Amino acid sequence: MVKKAFTRLMVALTLLLGTVYVGWRWAFSVNWGAWWIAVPLVLAETYDLLDAFLIGLTVWRMKIRGDAPPPPDGATVDVFITTYNEPVEMVEATARAARAISYPHETWILDDGERAEMRAMAAEVGLGYVTRSDDWVDRPRHAKAGNLNNALLITEGEFILVLDADQIPDPSILDRTLGWFRDDQVALVQTPQWFSNVTGSDPLGSQAPLFYGPIQQGKDGWNAAYFCGSNAVLRREALMQLGVVGYVREVHVAVRDALAAAERILTRALRTSQEQGRHAMVAVATVRTAARSARQALDAGSHVGEVTYEFQSAVDAASRSLVNHDVAMMRADLASFNLPMELSSEAGLLVIDDRALDLLSDREWSPLSALESVRQLVRAVDVDRVDEAQPMMPMATVSVTEDMATCMRLHTLGWKSVYHHQVLAHGLAPEDLGTMLQQRLRWAQGTLQVLLKENPLVQRGLSVGQRLMYFATMWSYLAGFAAVVFMAAPVTYLCFGVKPVHSYGLTFIALFLPYVVANQLLFFVVGYGVKTWRGHQYSLALFPLWIRACVTAGANVYLGRPLGFVVTPKTRQEHSGFPWRLVWPQVVATVVLVVACAIGAARLWLHAETSTVGTAVNIAWVGYDLLVISVIYRAALYRAPEPTTEAAN
Amino acid sequence: MAEDTRTTVLQPTGRLNMVAAPALKTLIEESVAEGRDRIVVDFTDVVFIDSSGLGALIAGLKATRQAGGDLRIAQVPEQVMTVLRLTNLDRVLRAHRTVADASHDW
Repeated sequence: MVKKAFTRLMVALTLLLGTVYVGWRWAFSVNWGAWWIAVPLVLAETYDLLDAFLIGLTVWRMKIRGDAPPPPDGATVDVFITTYNEPVEMVEATARAARAISYPHETWILDDGERAEMRAMAAEVGLGYVTRSDDWVDRPRHAKAGNLNNALLITEGEFILVLDADQIPDPSILDRTLGWFRDDQVALVQTPQWFSNVTGSDPLGSQAPLFYGPIQQGKDGWNAAYFCGSNAVLRREALMQLGVVGYVREVHVAVRDALAAAERILTRALRTSQEQGRHAMVAVATVRTAARSARQALDAGSHVGEVTYEFQSAVDAASRSLVNHDVAMMRADLASFNLPMELSSEAGLLVIDDRALDLLSDREWSPLSALESVRQLVRAVDVDRVDEAQPMMPMATVSVTEDMATCMRLHTLGWKSVYHHQVLAHGLAPEDLGTMLQQRLRWAQGTLQVLLKENPLVQRGLSVGQRLMYFATMWSYLAGFAAVVFMAAPVTYLCFGVKPVHSYGLTFIALFLPYVVANQLLFFVVGYGVKTWRGHQYSLALFPLWIRACVTAGANVYLGRPLGFVVTPKTRQEHSGFPWRLVWPQVVATVVLVVACAIGAARLWLHAETSTVGTAVNIAWVGYDLLVISVIYRAALYRAPEPTTEAAN
Repeated sequence: MAEDTRTTVLQPTGRLNMVAAPALKTLIEESVAEGRDRIVVDFTDVVFIDSSGLGALIAGLKATRQAGGDLRIAQVPEQVMTVLRLTNLDRVLRAHRTVADASHDW
């Protein structure tokens, strides 16, 4: 294929030129005297080169699939429409379109908002209506992942089409995608997300033609096509396997953690149990011994099921001995005084059968559970995950973006994913900057959460290609730091004459320019026919957001801090003026860059600076920075079309 | 009824379990020692009892009976009633509806 060959040629050329340029930068042109700006700059350039390598690797294997084969025989499908707070009319439009999907299926509205109007609408349209079961009360809800997990346990279709509330499906969506599941190892078919309420210039950068195109096709080539949360079909069996494997892992971790803390807890409990007498102490000591041997068994590789069973049996025995002791004391007490005649008529009055003894010594009623720390420990060393609504969580809950984490786990288990490059659903994009920023922040935070919690580079079960594909996405979210350096470097040169690079002379231009041109050409070839510039602008212009995502995700994973959100009004903003609060870092950057240009020109004119080429290069650089940042102002001033044009049909 | 210096009402609260039982037992023994050997345990605010709690009640029953008094229980909640029935102790300790019912024939 011509495009593929041309793409590979451009990739090779870009990476070659890039490596030469960055190699020259490290070896010959870093101005170590001004290391504080020189080193960040060369690091930022290296970051960019690695990014180019990862993108090059991605598109190298671009997989252009044609039509899918016909659906597997007799495949059964559930269509899930997830909603939390979207208006009923929006969900109804999606629901009616979902009902009209031509392949036989059942449609369900998964209403996490539990709204009466939604229930009524579902009944009227004739669709299933699902809300959380009682098990979720007072337990972590896990947002959309929890909503899907809840519904997975009460439906039974072999395949599941997931749709966000605003994603109007094409009637042929299942006919066109199910065929990929003829391959038994395929767990996921993702189709693009396309937005119908976006103007041609798309100031908010909602369409992602590079991602839902060459990037996904490239990832597909490495069997790493991503699940993006909506417009995707999933194989139930794969999700259930994920749930089972995840359950075993979570239980193992929980039991190990509980047993690790057991020694300390039980030693303290032993001290407090002195007040309850010798028998209580013996019982607690028994539990402590059981916890010790359980931990040893677990470390020695015993099955968590056996370990917990034996531990629970030992605890039961300790409880039983306490109950027996209490009962013996009662018998002795009762025997030592005369009871009224009618009561003492039966010989051996206090007849307590085994069932009663069992009940008195079970977990809820055992005297041992009077010691709260012991009670909690005993609950934790078990396999029923009492802290979660359901033991099985097929959709990953480690991240606010459940889709990526789930997909990575599917890949680690050896499942395949497919990217079907055909728009089969039309959704609604955010219509103002605030909402857009919030969405982007959430995606970035979620991705970084996964990176920090389950580093794809070291996940067993993933191929090298898959590891790099996941890593590429996470790597791209570090762009905010590089963007700051790319703005700071020309500013320090223009204002103070500080040179991070030894020469801005002709060698620099001769090495830098071909690399940049090749890079741009690569994107032109890869993204031929689609607009890639907007996405490129945002990868730099949203630098405050990317940095914030990195900082908050790090604080969340390592310090347990909440992620926090961009504060944004719920309702549509009506001509509320320029949103300074959302874009002030970009405004500051713009002012600094413009002032730096003026100072640089003045310095040249006053002969404080002698290199015309150096000043020109840096002013051109600033001009590029400004061009990139300018998108944020267009976005800030953007007003979505009036709601009448909003309805997608 | 003349001024009753022998009767006292105890009102434990919360969970009458292994941790709380020794205190109740001590309280009853002290009461008997002071001559108040007709004791009503009011269960209104008790939500739970285990075998140690039962043990304390029976020990209290023994202490009062040996002093010539009695220990009675009133306002017994469901879980406590279940435990009493399970152990057949409901035939030793009759659950009275109210504190007044429990002590009316003293």
